[in-house]
Amino acid sequence: MENNVVIQVRNLKKNFGQNEVLKGIDMDINKGDVVCVIGASGSGKSTFLRCLNMLEVPTGGDILFEDANLTSDKVDLNRHRQKMGMVFQQFNLFPHLTILDNLTLAPMMLKKLPKAEAEEKALALLERVGLADRAKDYPGQLSGGQKQRVAIVRALCMEPEVMLFDEPTSALDPEMVGEVLEVMKDLAKAGMTMVVVTHEMGFAREVSNRVVFLDDGVVAEEGAPVEIFDNPQCERLQSFLSKVL
Amino acid sequence: MSWFDKLAETFLEDNRYMWMVEGLGNTLLITIGALAIGVVIGTLIAVAKYFSEDNKKLRLLNWVCDVYTTVIRGIPMTVLLLLFFFVIFASARDGIPVAIAAFGINSGAYMAELIRSGINAVDKGQMEAARSLGLSRGQAMVKIIMPQAVKYILPAIGNELIALLKETSVAGYVAVVDITKAATNIRNKTYDAVNPIILLALVYLVMVVALTRLLAILERRLRKSDGK
Repeated sequence: MENNVVIQVRNLKKNFGQNEVLKGIDMDINKGDVVCVIGASGSGKSTFLRCLNMLEVPTGGDILFEDANLTSDKVDLNRHRQKMGMVFQQFNLFPHLTILDNLTLAPMMLKKLPKAEAEEKALALLERVGLADRAKDYPGQLSGGQKQRVAIVRALCMEPEVMLFDEPTSALDPEMVGEVLEVMKDLAKAGMTMVVVTHEMGFAREVSNRVVFLDDGVVAEEGAPVEIFDNPQCERLQSFLSKVL
Repeated sequence: MSWFDKLAETFLEDNRYMWMVEGLGNTLLITIGALAIGVVIGTLIAVAKYFSEDNKKLRLLNWVCDVYTTVIRGIPMTVLLLLFFFVIFASARDGIPVAIAAFGINSGAYMAELIRSGINAVDKGQMEAARSLGLSRGQAMVKIIMPQAVKYILPAIGNELIALLKETSVAGYVAVVDITKAATNIRNKTYDAVNPIILLALVYLVMVVALTRLLAILERRLRKSDGK
């Protein structure tokens, strides 16, 4: 099954000054996996995700993606990042560009897609998340939920191998969480490989095929959602779940 | 002799008001030339500092930028101008290009800070989002960060422009006939010590008020575009 692995993480470490945030994490993310990373705040889960596309530069360890070690100095990060979509807690849409321009910027600039083709593809994807009529609007005119759906589409426009979600619903008003999770669910069903840092335990249980519990910079427990949620082994996970469920 | 006769004698005889007009031309030429140089230098330094701060390989570049801003900001403008004219470009005949260079290089050090704080005012998630899509830092700077930083930077550059306009009044130190020097020349010629200076002050005041108004309009426009 070696050729099915999309990302291999080996002994990943990250320090912020004296503070050891990640203390050696190993993980294989396979094609079609939907991995949910859960854990208390400060457990390192966001840092872990941000290391996967090198937004945080790890202190040690390897991240293997597309036959390259992303932690190496010689690797062309920009090229590999095109294949790793990322969705942020704060959406981070480009406020000075229309929704359509937000979506077509990277494909036109980096993949040299002609404008017409990039727009056609962007509009088709917008249609899928029910926002085709907002193409000419600016991000400031959209609700949080709509912004996040656009942010997901922006990443999808680059046709990534894997999508990274950094607490995608944490900044949303409660009534908008559902619409974003719905889009993510559809994405998972379509076979997208996803790594999701989330507090949405319902989503983790229902959609993911693997849940990873990070505690104090290490993988404290991992397994299928049923095992994690219904039969947690380690004490820290039991206490974490008792607080969030 | 009435005040009006005095005014006529001072400014109209020998078309001396034209001295003021020509001086004003030089003042504006130096101001605009220096502004252009300042914006270019300021942008280069701000971007260089942005990229070099967290990159050990560019430590030298960071150091050069720091030295430049420290030296320039530590020397009074008049002294800098004298240095340029009598030391660095000692063979220069025409003071205007030297003045443009001196004011521009001076202004660049201040602009660098303005532009840098404009760049820093853009949410850092913007750079991260651009990088996560695969844009290089340079591409992200040009397409994502700068277009957003401009609305913070433009009003500050407007204020710098006003300061610069007034600062050029020391250009007369290096044989440049700007409007201040022209007024002095008229005083020396006519022994009218009062009116040329009052007119001079009024001309600066009108220009500054006009620029301030323009700036306020610009800021309002920028804020409006924020709403969308």
